Amino acid sequence: MATPFPQPRLLPAGDSAIVVEFARAIDDIANQRVLALDKAVAAASIEGVLEAVPTYRSLLVHYDPELIDYGALGAKLLAMAEAPLPPAGKARRWRVPVAYGGENGIDLEEVAKRLDITPDEVVARHTGGDYRVAMIGFTPGWSYLSGLDKSLHMPRRLSPRVFTPAGTISVGGVQAGIQCLAAPSGWHLLGRTAVRTFQLHRDPVFLTQPGDRVTFYRVDEKTFAEQSRTAEAGEIVAELIAA
Amino acid sequence: MTRLVVTSIGPASSVQDRGRPGVQRYGLVPSGAMDRLSLAAANMLVGNMPFAACVEIGPFTAAFTARDGAVHIALAGAARSAEIAGRPVAMDSSMTIGDGETLTLGFARGGAFSYLAIEGGIDGEETFGSVAVNQRAGLGSPYPRPLQAGDELPARMASGVTARRIELPSVSGPIRVVFGPQDDEFSEDAKMLFLDSEWKISATSDRMGYRLEGPVIQHLHGHNIVSDGTVSGSIQVPGNGAPIVLMADRNTTGGYPKIATVITADFGRLAQTPAGTAFRFKAVSVEEAQAEARKFAELLRSLSDRLRPIENLELNIEALQAANVAGSAVNAVDTATWQADALVTNP
Repeated sequence: MATPFPQPRLLPAGDSAIVVEFARAIDDIANQRVLALDKAVAAASIEGVLEAVPTYRSLLVHYDPELIDYGALGAKLLAMAEAPLPPAGKARRWRVPVAYGGENGIDLEEVAKRLDITPDEVVARHTGGDYRVAMIGFTPGWSYLSGLDKSLHMPRRLSPRVFTPAGTISVGGVQAGIQCLAAPSGWHLLGRTAVRTFQLHRDPVFLTQPGDRVTFYRVDEKTFAEQSRTAEAGEIVAELIAA
Repeated sequence: MTRLVVTSIGPASSVQDRGRPGVQRYGLVPSGAMDRLSLAAANMLVGNMPFAACVEIGPFTAAFTARDGAVHIALAGAARSAEIAGRPVAMDSSMTIGDGETLTLGFARGGAFSYLAIEGGIDGEETFGSVAVNQRAGLGSPYPRPLQAGDELPARMASGVTARRIELPSVSGPIRVVFGPQDDEFSEDAKMLFLDSEWKISATSDRMGYRLEGPVIQHLHGHNIVSDGTVSGSIQVPGNGAPIVLMADRNTTGGYPKIATVITADFGRLAQTPAGTAFRFKAVSVEEAQAEARKFAELLRSLSDRLRPIENLELNIEALQAANVAGSAVNAVDTATWQADALVTNP
């Protein structure tokens, strides 16, 4: 069946990984195609394929060159990428509590000023979004979300902060993010969540999957502190709404 | 309990093994040894599985003391002076540290990382199949951080196996790369400059990335791309035009264009290039890189053929000299002889 989309590009990432690139820019359809190919690759159990890393607009496939070579794997991936997109709307959804502003979200006031709206309006637009986990990367559990309200799109900070805390909820460029571990970041920090997308000795260790839907809701500092203690004990404090 | 106590150790030293591939889709990098060949060589010398956990020792000095029993260990990787209780010992060989004795190691020479294997391996709690240290993620065992003086590594008491040494091939020449995945973000001139220049690894490098010093590599369309996946050996070029080679503790995704990727067979050699030493890159095709990767995998599998007992050191030197004169026939005889030994002493 012919695809209405252009054929993706195959790019070598050395001798043991291949990039299937669907677009050059952040693009919702491209991301859906990436996630669809990721699923198809997992289901196909191709001998020699070790793992795949979905990102906004490409899928990186790690493989063992003793078992399959670049040409053979590339041909298989191209063929699989031609399949039509599966119907949307089957994803599970996480409701993620956020304590906005104050010391939890040190950039909320500045973002509000920049947009000439109140901090509460920034929060309303952020909690009003219907997000999808487009990719997970950089550091463990860092979930990159698509679906950010267009009025909240803004360039990253000119000088990134060396330290931003665990659980940071931030926006940068056209993206929103849930950050799990403390890390450097040039994004604008709106708040913090007690939800841990990566936690050892918990089942599951990783909470979010690419393709999951996410919405945010506001909690006060007291609730954030309570939820943090609950999360520390290994409980999941995000609400899961099944597909 | 028999153990190896870290008496002193410099930065950039940690327990590493094959790493924990399989969860990069969640942002968790595999980590693992920077130089897998040396990791495997050290392990084979003491009869461990090739990618068992070792102490990866950074470029600085270190000392280890055996407590409550003798400990059989091996050293491979970057050369350095080594003594046990004042007796000089050789790299690429196994040796026994007597109860209460201290192994003292000098600075790395001509390399960056040495590997200390302990007979029986290093016990620890695995996360995703590995005890490798990933400090930022808080992973690794027995300590989820680089080693410090006073740390203790549980060890099996030396079983009395024969001390051995290993002959590793000596490889030199440029570090080979495959262009891409984003080499189209650079002009042909920039790519030529990348290949035609001498590079040095900056002293501000670490297990996450090696910063390169050399000419400025300019982008065609700016330095921001949409973040995509990385591999060990990805050579990304940030805004200042100074390339960074992503190493074992890299971020799993990155938003700078990647001009080229170091081939698997040369990654350990790059990891072992000391800061400040000039080297060059050479471009090869994917097909050639894959042929080299297969040869490298075969080398890793055949390390047991390269083990020699140490008490026959002089005989071995004669055999080596003979091999150099007579070629592969002598080598083949030699290999067959010592392979029998390896089968007996390897579990």
